Amino acid sequence: MPERSLEHTLSVPETLLPDDLKRNVLLTTVDAVYNWARRRSMWPLTFGLACCALEMIAAGASRYDYGRLGMDIPRATPRQADLLILSGTITHKMAPQVLRVWEQMPEPKYALAMGACAISGGTFSSYAVVQGASQLMPIDIFVPGCPPRPEALINAFVKLHEMLLKQSVKTVEWYAKEPKA
Amino acid sequence: MEDSQTVAALQDEHIDTESISINFGPHHPSTHGVFRMVVRLDGETVVDVEPKIGYLHRGIEKLAEERTYLQIIPLVDRLDYVCPMTNEQAFCLAVEKLGAIEVPERAEYIRVIMAELTRIMSHVLAVGFLWNELGATFTPMIYAYRQREYLQDLFELASGARMFHNYMRPGGVVADLPDGWVARARKQLAEFERFLDQFETLMTENEIFLARTIDVGVLPPELAINCGISGPVLRATGVAYDLRRADPYSIYERFKFEIPTRSHGDTFDRYCQYFAEMRQSLSIIHQALNRLPVGPVFNEKAKRLRLPAGEAYGHIESPKGDLGFYIVSDGKPQPYRFHIRSTCLLNLTALRQMVIGQKLQDLVIIFGSLNVTMADIDR
Amino acid sequence: MSHDSTLADLQAAFPDQVVEHPQGLDFTVVVLPDRLRELFLHLRDKAKLNYLSNLTVVDRPERFEVVYHLYSTIEPGPVFVVKVYLPDRESAHVPSAVPVWQSAYYQEREAFDMFGVVFDGHPGLTRLLLWEGFPGHPLRKDFVNRTYSFDEMGQTLPPEDQR
Repeated sequence: MPERSLEHTLSVPETLLPDDLKRNVLLTTVDAVYNWARRRSMWPLTFGLACCALEMIAAGASRYDYGRLGMDIPRATPRQADLLILSGTITHKMAPQVLRVWEQMPEPKYALAMGACAISGGTFSSYAVVQGASQLMPIDIFVPGCPPRPEALINAFVKLHEMLLKQSVKTVEWYAKEPKA
Repeated sequence: MEDSQTVAALQDEHIDTESISINFGPHHPSTHGVFRMVVRLDGETVVDVEPKIGYLHRGIEKLAEERTYLQIIPLVDRLDYVCPMTNEQAFCLAVEKLGAIEVPERAEYIRVIMAELTRIMSHVLAVGFLWNELGATFTPMIYAYRQREYLQDLFELASGARMFHNYMRPGGVVADLPDGWVARARKQLAEFERFLDQFETLMTENEIFLARTIDVGVLPPELAINCGISGPVLRATGVAYDLRRADPYSIYERFKFEIPTRSHGDTFDRYCQYFAEMRQSLSIIHQALNRLPVGPVFNEKAKRLRLPAGEAYGHIESPKGDLGFYIVSDGKPQPYRFHIRSTCLLNLTALRQMVIGQKLQDLVIIFGSLNVTMADIDR
Repeated sequence: MSHDSTLADLQAAFPDQVVEHPQGLDFTVVVLPDRLRELFLHLRDKAKLNYLSNLTVVDRPERFEVVYHLYSTIEPGPVFVVKVYLPDRESAHVPSAVPVWQSAYYQEREAFDMFGVVFDGHPGLTRLLLWEGFPGHPLRKDFVNRTYSFDEMGQTLPPEDQR
């Protein structure tokens, strides 16, 4: 199956357009423009909890650089962030704060569980650790590793962007009339 | 009315003010990890600060009681995640002391090289993050990270992993250095020395930096010793206490290096201390690379680890300070009690005394210059 | 001074407080908790052991052992270990070392949090790593390690005035 290119998503067959307008008008869908704009400006929240934070920062540093994907402004405040990167172990003491930060983020928002600890508690099967961030909030993408290499994190961002491209304004939950059960 | 007249008039009237209590929450861009402080402010001056920790408490000491000594090594790696090799070195030292296990010569030299490389990596990160907190957002930190990446390449070639190397074992190291590692290390270290010169020339004499760090967060030496502070923070106050000299371990007695100290104990001194120690570490690594002997890297007798009943306390000079492991064994494959003497927790003891009377923005810098890692505090 | 002379001095100054000197890897003395503060002051000032490096508790079947690892920055040398045995597990009290070495401040709070040992005279003995209301003291041997789910632990944010 051929890769979806920008042309394919943003243009419709030329037979629908009159000749004198062909070069000046682009016919597209709301979904395509909405997703295209959001995909290239997803700003992560600097939410480094533990060791994975170092690899997250390394992914933003000069060697790996997720800024090329449009994510180069990590926000410190959840009010301005789109992506919550849960990098590190979530302890029971920290869990309500994580939830609070997640709830403060305005929609559309995405959650990425980075590392084994955020996915399932990791190597810390103890009394103090929440065994996975899925117990707290719906996670959109999981990145395994302890810690995942910066390349793995960037791969996850690319996959998240592809996932985003498939979303539609009609079905997405933040515009739904009733909240999802 | 002019501003100065307004201020004078206000001060004369003795306006009643109230101090406010703010929460320097666990989620904050300037705290190194999940650290929380309740700060009482009178205007912008800090009146009281109460650190509240435990947001990264993972129960490592309890987990270690269920695992064999070999399984504890990955756990120990994740303690102070900025300098994993030195955590492993301290743990292996404690186990080797308890079990009277000998380490071959080549393994000792490799351990020293890895530990000093880790020290350099940790200090360069400390410096980078300190500049981040001063407000020079990201650029010095990116420079520091660039150098860390080159050194992490060396670790990856030797152990297979960028961060949690799982490289040292009680009895030696798990695998020998690959071909060409020594030559590559020499090249990287020469570049690193040039980077240090460049960074110091560019950043250290900056006027704003000097104004913001000199006389900020002064720590008197007697208070530092009484509070159990160790590492570069202690040596910046003038106390030349370095475990590599005071309670020598491994083969550090064979290397010629100085213990740099500063005199004043403020943030600027701590910053310069990191650079001085990085240069000393470079010298140690060069000496070790030149004298690296051939031989085995692992004591085969330690393959089946049977530790006798008893207890041992092994501690090293980690990049943050005095990192110790207290292991009590009752003969079983798992330890009976596993305690981690946390460097950063004790380094935090004097925070309150250092910060009272300073401004809020100085609090951020003072805390940053202490270079703590939350995973080491909370374990 | 070498640790043998430190021990001899200690025994001369506090003849009834030093219980035993177990032979092992590190130089260890076991003392009674009755005059612990004076004993510590003697160690800090006379024996120059001015650096309390490590303070922890070991949960043995028949007693709690409070362990202190002492060093000297004035005359650097190997560790001097002081132990205090507390046979009463239900109400384990020991004088706090904070007036002598401030480095005990956080370590005693942690020992209280993990074991339930009370340090009398500590300026603010509250739980350090876990929260008030956590069920039990985790590092005791009778606390079996298990994982809790987020709903089970029921952690919520404390009310506004208690944050």
